Amino acid sequence: MSTETRARPPAAHRRPGRLGRAEPKASDRRRAGVGRLAAVLLSPTLITLGLVVGYPVVEALRLSLTVTDQHINQETGLIERTGQLGFDNYTGLFRGESGARFLNALWNTTSFALATGTLVTVLGVLMALVMHRAFRGRGLFRAAVLIPWAIPTAISALLWRWIFSTDGIANDILNTQILWTTEGFHAWLSVVIADTWKTAPFIGLLVLAGLQVIPAEVYEAAKVDGSSPWHTFWKITLPLVKPALVVAVLFRLLDLLRMFDLPFVLVGRGKRSVETLSMLAWDDMQNLRFGPAAAYAVVLFAYTAVVAYLFIRVLGADVVGRGMEGKR
Amino acid sequence: MYRPSWGRTVGALVLALVAGGVTACGNGGGGTTAQPGQFEGRGPITLAQGKDTTGTVQGQLDRWNTDHPNEKVTLAELPESADQQRQQFIQNAQTKSDAFAVLNMDVIWTAEFAANGWIQQLPEDQFPLGEMLPSTVATGKYFNKLYAVPYNTNAGLLFYRKDLLDQVQAQPPKTWDEMQATCAKVKALPAAAGIGCYAGQFDKYEGLTVNFSEAVQSAGGKVVDDEGKPTVNSPEAKAGLEFLVNGFKSGLIPRDAVTYQEEPGRRAFQEGKLIFHRQWPYQWTLANATDGSSKVAGKFGVAPLPGKSGPGSSSLGGQNLAISTYAKNKATALDFIKWFANVENAKKNLDSNSLAPVYSSIYSDSALQQKFAYLSVLKQSLDSAVARPRVVAYGDATLAIQENAYAAITGAKAVDAALADMQNKLTEVTARR
Repeated sequence: MSTETRARPPAAHRRPGRLGRAEPKASDRRRAGVGRLAAVLLSPTLITLGLVVGYPVVEALRLSLTVTDQHINQETGLIERTGQLGFDNYTGLFRGESGARFLNALWNTTSFALATGTLVTVLGVLMALVMHRAFRGRGLFRAAVLIPWAIPTAISALLWRWIFSTDGIANDILNTQILWTTEGFHAWLSVVIADTWKTAPFIGLLVLAGLQVIPAEVYEAAKVDGSSPWHTFWKITLPLVKPALVVAVLFRLLDLLRMFDLPFVLVGRGKRSVETLSMLAWDDMQNLRFGPAAAYAVVLFAYTAVVAYLFIRVLGADVVGRGMEGKR
Repeated sequence: MYRPSWGRTVGALVLALVAGGVTACGNGGGGTTAQPGQFEGRGPITLAQGKDTTGTVQGQLDRWNTDHPNEKVTLAELPESADQQRQQFIQNAQTKSDAFAVLNMDVIWTAEFAANGWIQQLPEDQFPLGEMLPSTVATGKYFNKLYAVPYNTNAGLLFYRKDLLDQVQAQPPKTWDEMQATCAKVKALPAAAGIGCYAGQFDKYEGLTVNFSEAVQSAGGKVVDDEGKPTVNSPEAKAGLEFLVNGFKSGLIPRDAVTYQEEPGRRAFQEGKLIFHRQWPYQWTLANATDGSSKVAGKFGVAPLPGKSGPGSSSLGGQNLAISTYAKNKATALDFIKWFANVENAKKNLDSNSLAPVYSSIYSDSALQQKFAYLSVLKQSLDSAVARPRVVAYGDATLAIQENAYAAITGAKAVDAALADMQNKLTEVTARR
């Protein structure tokens, strides 16, 4: 974000000035002054970001490359550790038992992101369309829709744990005897349901904001031309709301890729059917294997970065607020 | 037109950074060996432990602080969850901070903390270890050296529906077969239609390790032998796991029980859905509540756990006290532990917090026996109780047990295969460290 802000003033300045270097020197000096001022004004942000984001990333990278070899001294019983640099923590991700666990977690993470991402997008858009219409009790409806989003994830996970308990409402309504929190597809499904319930309002809210800026004239014109509601939705509403929708879905997707608290509280730690990459990193950290834990975190980071990049490239999500610039 | 630029790439990276949440964590180096006797320095210290919900601990600290104005002890309250307490202790040790002096630790952490040099070896001759239950003292030892002093203990009991057993003139069962037979009789009663027979804690978490170990021990086996070598490939271990697996198959254990942790199991027992329930003593008071929360108040009794061919054996719970290697004023800390873990305080902890004492003498106190009717049964259970595996990598060991025991009771793995896998994994875990 900061790079963007810093890079823009000179670029904007240069565009009208076709004459190149022929401008007066005073302007150059002023420009340098403005640049310095900008740098000074931005430095607190940059330093803070460097400390809370940059440093941990570098440190995680370093840790993930530190291979710790440890054994117990048979006389004292104390652990003796030696550390060296190497890629063993990464190669370990794909080998043997831990490899199977890693691939399983990667699959869970991805499948959660895809399934829940799709569901919340569809439901969120539907919610927004309903919230956008004028009807009695609209205020109440809007507030009600937002409640799930306002509840902390861990709390909603506890609520859903009750719903999915053996004698809970879910089994009552479905008239089944499913043991939701045991290993299996149903555990995975329970997480998808709970997460969809919780986060569809987030998409709904952002899409609603996008809907509200679409001018009414466009719809009137469509009406005059005799467009069907379905046609209007696909040709007018969706394209015009797309910038807001894509950003909302991107944020949701990034959140989903690092999912931790919901499966952890709802189904429980150590259950393979819902173990995500974050849970795996947490588990290794709990068992004091910081190298492999950092390796998981770095892989998750890279995975998230790739997904974000692809999303921005393919769907043109406008995350940094460059507005219409790209279209000029 | 679309124009690829660094801005987008950087934007994606920054987003991933913020959202991806890359966490870094300090690497822990091994500590130095501290021999007993190096307890120097006097002054204020802290006692770090879970929430003091009843205020009993603060009351005890106030008394100590009045007597020792220059060596005051402050209470550092940690979250209630044991995992979070452990995490805080470890962070404290890795930053070599002196914030926590005396640590109130779960019995299963001793090996890990001692091996990492985070807690100090204690002088055995300065504690009345002879008066304590031997199995509890064993939980404070690592490589035959004392690292932590038993503070309180815990063992499982068999809660049974006395009213129903009386109706079929049955005594609380001593063996699994007796339990099954009694259960069949009770189920034939019209009053007990649809009741479940037996449950423990069988969800995939620490409770499963406890219940699996108990089944193995109650069949005469051991999860880990005295040398610390895993022995879950023995015929006894097989008999133990088979009891659980067949229990689920035959309906002795209700299907739901595979989701039970302590609390869901307690709810089921309190709603009258179980005849027998393996549970910690805390259930006694709650299930006896007469405010309507329990349908079985006054209708149940407790007995030691049943076994394969005689009385069973419980896993050992409880807390130990240890001194952080990085603490200041260790002389004060040592004195404080001696006082804090003494008989009087143990009695008080039982009286107001229902914490099971580690001193055998307290169990014969008639006033306390009157107040806690389960006390003599608990003593019987404690006498045959066995500590969970004392492994440095306990987290890995317990996961290996949970993973395979769970697979067996849910039918995903055959008993033999589950035990063979468990044996392999435990061997690897105990050898690696």
